[in-house]
Amino acid sequence: MIDRAQVLHVARLARLELDDSEVERMAGELSGILEHIERIAEIDLDEVEPTSHVVAVENTLRADEPRPSLPRERALASAPDAGELGFRVPSPGAG
Amino acid sequence: MSDVLELSAARAAELVRARELSPGELVSTYRERAERDDLGAFLWLPDEPPAGDDGAATPSDAPLGGVPVAVKDIFCVEGTPTTAASRILAGYLPPYTATAVERLASAGAPMLGKTNMDEFAMGSSNENSAYGSVRNPWDRERVPGGSSGGSAAAVAAGLAPWSIGTDTGGSIRQPAALCGLVGLKPTYGAVSRYGMIAFASSFDQCGPIARDVTDAALLFGALVAGGRDPCDATSIDLPEAVELPTAERLDGMRVGVVPELSEAAAIEPGVKDVFGAALGRIEELGGAVEEVSLPHSEHGLSAYYVLAPAEASANLARYDGVRFGLRAEEGDLLSLYERTRAEGFGPEVKRRIMLGTYALSSGYYEAYYGRAQRVRTKIAEDFAAAFERVDVVVTPTSPSAAFRLGERTDDPLAMYMADYCTVPMSLAGLPAISIPAGLSDGLPIGFQITGRAFSESRILAAAYALERAIDFDLAPARRAPGFARAEVAAR
Repeated sequence: MIDRAQVLHVARLARLELDDSEVERMAGELSGILEHIERIAEIDLDEVEPTSHVVAVENTLRADEPRPSLPRERALASAPDAGELGFRVPSPGAG
Repeated sequence: MSDVLELSAARAAELVRARELSPGELVSTYRERAERDDLGAFLWLPDEPPAGDDGAATPSDAPLGGVPVAVKDIFCVEGTPTTAASRILAGYLPPYTATAVERLASAGAPMLGKTNMDEFAMGSSNENSAYGSVRNPWDRERVPGGSSGGSAAAVAAGLAPWSIGTDTGGSIRQPAALCGLVGLKPTYGAVSRYGMIAFASSFDQCGPIARDVTDAALLFGALVAGGRDPCDATSIDLPEAVELPTAERLDGMRVGVVPELSEAAAIEPGVKDVFGAALGRIEELGGAVEEVSLPHSEHGLSAYYVLAPAEASANLARYDGVRFGLRAEEGDLLSLYERTRAEGFGPEVKRRIMLGTYALSSGYYEAYYGRAQRVRTKIAEDFAAAFERVDVVVTPTSPSAAFRLGERTDDPLAMYMADYCTVPMSLAGLPAISIPAGLSDGLPIGFQITGRAFSESRILAAAYALERAIDFDLAPARRAPGFARAEVAAR
């Protein structure tokens, strides 16, 4: 149902590198799971509104008041590679 | 010291407040046992045990009396290793503390340690932890359930007086059931999610895992005291204060049994027997048992395993090797992302990211995500119709008792079936509690009571009366033999 090429396409969308054996296994497992899930195709869902949030709350906005935020050095403290001003990453253009 | 172990958390808190028990002794008793954890329940203990009598954080007059709490490693605690049992967060020290943990500490329950779990709370057996499986203290060859498996095993074995976990599709209730404990999944929005590492944001809820219903009610009350958290826009004030249950009868309570869930082929005979016996108890206590139908509940798993992975695939996009945790050193930015995630995530997390990304991808969105959201509506409507007729809905918590380690690891669908009776409530955002209803072949079986949104006090009351009638004995799990010193620290 879901083949190698689809697995590789989705893996790229998900920014996930998979080795050959993972691609193989993922194709089989996802197909099995999707086959089960597809039973919801049998239900009559015309005119049914989708639910994205279960508790009825309207937009909850806080007062727009300035307050201290996380100091930069603490936000950077757990980074694998950080400069004084931000996170350091390799060039996006190299590959 | 063994006397201290026999006390429920609520009773221990009471004795501390009456100055009949020193919080220092209480803390050191559990700290010592947690240090000898050989179940894999704890991932981290502080260098110093939490302060007892003298510590400002645990005054003897606080409502929770200095009774320490084990915290699932999904809650951020400032300066404390927080991994969600994933390699990708190895070494991460959060710069802030989750509201739930902060509220418990200020109510007098300091953190005892961080407990093991399925990676990012994805799993029903705790076998998906990057730091090792957890064993069930009732039978060490069996799983404790998941994803809050460490939080459940620790309490059942008497390594912690009580704990908090999180429940997305059953992750508090199912491990509580498999370990013979009480686990409460509150109404969505009742407890702040601030600082709780996100799995599926429209489902995730924090709640207590405890030895008995009173302990669970006490801990839940402290989690919601203070009301809505401005740091979590989805959190809401509970309409009424949490009451500690006292009534021993169920007179006048209308109790709905759901044949689609309690009589499904997936439910093992031993579970059906214990469930049936508990229904008999309810009638003896004056409750009126009748059948109600949740016709779409059998599709709960399908809807859940589209929606939760879809939300997870978005939530887990943040783990990319840039801001925290693991980084694979690679040439360009794209391969840095892809390799970091390949090395950092375990197989189940990868599977769910793939599933969720697929369900949200162009061309499949409506067939999967859109339909699943509509099934979610139908399931919520089913519950609403049932609650026109009954006060609470009861089902088994889990289709089976604790299964053997390794039994389902090669079969994702078989593992997902463990959530069969718990996902419908999660889809509808309703509060549900699991209490131990008896043993089957020596293993605990859970009984789940679900109520309308924000009816926690009512389901706690029903659970309390039933608990007293059943009189379940948790002591065998505490007497489990052989506290061998853990050979290897979790990390």
